[in-house]
Amino acid sequence: MGLDFSVVPGYLDTILLGVIWTIAITVAAAVVSFFGGILFAVIALYAPWFIRLPVRFFAWLFMGTPLLLQLFLIYFGLVELGIDLPAFVAGVIGLGLHFAVYNSELIQTAILAVDKGQMEAARTLGCSRGQALRKVVIPQAVRDVIPPIGNNMIALLKDSALVSVIGVSELTLSAQLAIGRTYRPFEFYAVAAVLYYIVNLGMEAVLRRIERKTALSR
Amino acid sequence: MSDTSTTQKSETQKFVDIRHAQKSYGELEVLKDISLTVDRGEIVAIIGPSGSGKSTLLRAINDLDPLTGGEVWLDGVQINKDLPHRQYEKHINEMRQQVGMVFQHFNLFPHLSVRENVTMAPKLLKGISDAEANALAEQQLTHVGMLERIDYYPSQLSGGQKQRVAIARALAMNPKLMLFDEATSALDPELVEEVNLVMKRLAEEHMTMIIVTHEMDFAASVCDRVIFMDKGVVVEEGPPSVVFKNPTQERTKEFLRKHLSQYAESAK
Repeated sequence: MGLDFSVVPGYLDTILLGVIWTIAITVAAAVVSFFGGILFAVIALYAPWFIRLPVRFFAWLFMGTPLLLQLFLIYFGLVELGIDLPAFVAGVIGLGLHFAVYNSELIQTAILAVDKGQMEAARTLGCSRGQALRKVVIPQAVRDVIPPIGNNMIALLKDSALVSVIGVSELTLSAQLAIGRTYRPFEFYAVAAVLYYIVNLGMEAVLRRIERKTALSR
Repeated sequence: MSDTSTTQKSETQKFVDIRHAQKSYGELEVLKDISLTVDRGEIVAIIGPSGSGKSTLLRAINDLDPLTGGEVWLDGVQINKDLPHRQYEKHINEMRQQVGMVFQHFNLFPHLSVRENVTMAPKLLKGISDAEANALAEQQLTHVGMLERIDYYPSQLSGGQKQRVAIARALAMNPKLMLFDEATSALDPELVEEVNLVMKRLAEEHMTMIIVTHEMDFAASVCDRVIFMDKGVVVEEGPPSVVFKNPTQERTKEFLRKHLSQYAESAK
């Protein structure tokens, strides 16, 4: 029995809905990972030890264990503690925090690389350290790491397939659903792969645009 | 002094009063018991070989490089007060608003436009409206001749233009005192003059200025007083006509022979 792509159009709405969920969870988790990354970086560099050490332990946990396990813990594990999160929210938190830890490493390095004259100039005008960080240092650091953060976001898009295991009906789970009905794994997985690739291209275009926009003010 | 607020202070209270300033990095003592006063409206140049402590002294005035001993007073208020950390931060941020500083390497904010560079601190710290901030930026940039570049980014400006914007940025906080840390040292020779002109105009407006510089001609023509520092002490001070033409100290003579060959010869 050969390949038969004629079954695909019948499940197009399911699959496209999956694409929308994939984009939604990727964007939401990207936002969490971006601002979480800045927050973790500032904590790692400037917070007192009783905040810094627990956060560092948490970061080490997120970097040292599989993302799949983290998703299980957040979605299934937290129920035992009385925290029953919707699958989508659990997915956004898991993916978002996981990549926030990676973004934080990049942002920390970039903050330290901002010329110390920038902090001095802001302090000389009368800004507090917090104001100087917020208005002067962090915006410059973030601009410097947009390209590598973009790479993390593309990894995030691909890893978003993992949230299918906790029941978010994104692209991978939608394909599996269609396969369950039609017994046509190659066709649907192939279609899913092509769609991931297209979303990826779109994301790269958006990232390039952001890079270009911020390049002028460098 | 015309300012009535100064009448309550003791008569010996100077506008800027540095008392027994001392600064060490471990074993190395870079400022050795320096006492120095500056009157309101006075323009003082600090000269000296590199490593003499002149930049350190300047940076100690607004506590960028905290002293290890001694006091700095501005207009009757001690800048480096001994306060608990949080209170000190609040105090120093208020004091720094009154002291403008211009750096050798400009330190403009590269991610902000010229306008935003000038308005960032006044908007954040004085809570002025966008309209007021824009008017302020236009006024200060006109003052330094940079109005036509108001929407440029620092990367699009020459060194001299950057420094003029940096001066406008400092002036936008309406400081009582301006500190210049080798403001023209990083500039190409042909760009020095435009910055000097802006500083001269400030001098004519009776801004109190302390200027660390290597430019003896500028110091001679603009400043009321020249302070020669070497190895962490004030070796000699006086009006430029005296310090440059008839220095009394051997170290001053030696320094001026190296840095002032032209000027010294024409003065003889």
